[in-house]
Amino acid sequence: MPQSKKDELVHDHNHDGVDRRGFLKCMAWAGTGALCVMQGGVLKSYSMSRANEWNAAKMAGELSFAQISDSHMGFNKPANPDVAGTLKAAVEKINALSIQPEFLLHTGDISHLAKPEEFDTVDQILKGAVAKDVFFVPGEHDVIGDEGQQYRDRYGKGTKGEGWYSFDKKGVHFVGLVNVVNLKAGGLGNLGSEQLEWLEDDVKQLKSSTPIVVFAHIPLWSVYPEWGWGTDDSAQALSYLKKFGSVSVLNGHIHQIMQKVEGNVTFHTAMSTAFPQPQPGKADSPGPMKVPAEQLRSVLGITDVNFVRGQQALAIVDSQLA
Amino acid sequence: MDRILNRIGLAALVITAFALLTPVDRHANAAGQGQTATSAAVKIDNFSFGPAAVTVPVGTTVTWTNQDDIPHTVVSTDNVFKSKALDTDDKFSFVFTKPGTYSYFCSIHPKMTGQIIVQ
Repeated sequence: MPQSKKDELVHDHNHDGVDRRGFLKCMAWAGTGALCVMQGGVLKSYSMSRANEWNAAKMAGELSFAQISDSHMGFNKPANPDVAGTLKAAVEKINALSIQPEFLLHTGDISHLAKPEEFDTVDQILKGAVAKDVFFVPGEHDVIGDEGQQYRDRYGKGTKGEGWYSFDKKGVHFVGLVNVVNLKAGGLGNLGSEQLEWLEDDVKQLKSSTPIVVFAHIPLWSVYPEWGWGTDDSAQALSYLKKFGSVSVLNGHIHQIMQKVEGNVTFHTAMSTAFPQPQPGKADSPGPMKVPAEQLRSVLGITDVNFVRGQQALAIVDSQLA
Repeated sequence: MDRILNRIGLAALVITAFALLTPVDRHANAAGQGQTATSAAVKIDNFSFGPAAVTVPVGTTVTWTNQDDIPHTVVSTDNVFKSKALDTDDKFSFVFTKPGTYSYFCSIHPKMTGQIIVQ
């Protein structure tokens, strides 16, 4: 494994001086939405509170899409008794963006308990999005009880194995991976050998100049294994992407924004549209974080991603629902 | 000869005594188990099983209760038992009829593991 890949701390949201060698990351914790722009492989991050200063022309690209995540339809506990309302707000926010995304990515935990009516409600709300195409990957909540059969019946048409797939949009190669089924006792997220073999084959013929976007529910980097926030065999998956100049990895699961730049790969996790979760290790468990009602929407959000042709980079924008 | 007869007599006494005592003992044992060990509880709280390891006699019913705001499952690693998704306050029970060590985990959050030791 190559050592001393040059990482850069591109923005310190918390002003806490986090700047660890070899593992530098940009974090926007609950309540601090951020605009992140990656240009030439370097991620730049701006506070959403200064959105009126954005230069829309500079942000515009050939391709933009929005990421939503962890809508947890069916959740009704004090952290957020109205997850349908906050998902609707997320869709409205996307519809109002100055740059309209061509499609949506949902990075899993669509439902809370994998009940048919929960999926139905999400589908109904997403019909309100101007962008008509929605690409999904399942979260662990979407595969409860049946290892994802219902999920695949609904969202997995044309996918392989447990629901993984790839597609191309304007020269960008997207790969949706499934790391929430057949989990082993004591382990983390898991891709499995069949999916890894498929991935290796899927990207083999692509030119190294092709921008790659990989999306999966559980982070494909080790955010906090103590809470299961990582994927056991993600290193193997990433090894197949080494030849590419621009790789962006989009995940959900941890209900907060975290970013990390490692060599050619930018890792990015999205907020939840349902409820926030605590910072790694800052609570007894990763259970829902209860915040005052008036603050709730500031800790929920969407991610708007622009692809700028020529720069071979993705501009990632996180916005709060408030 | 007397000694032999005495021995036979003693043996008879002992056998009679056992015959009288054994049913009583069995009854006492059954009663004791019934009062103290036919059920055991495991709490699911803060993404963990508590206690993580429980030792129980054969025949014990173990009941898990989810006290988290997030659903969990109770799944035996050897496919002996498997709960549905347990939402907040939902319970799952299983009767352990054979001795052994039963490892289990939450299939949604596999970092959560526990053991039931049946003796």
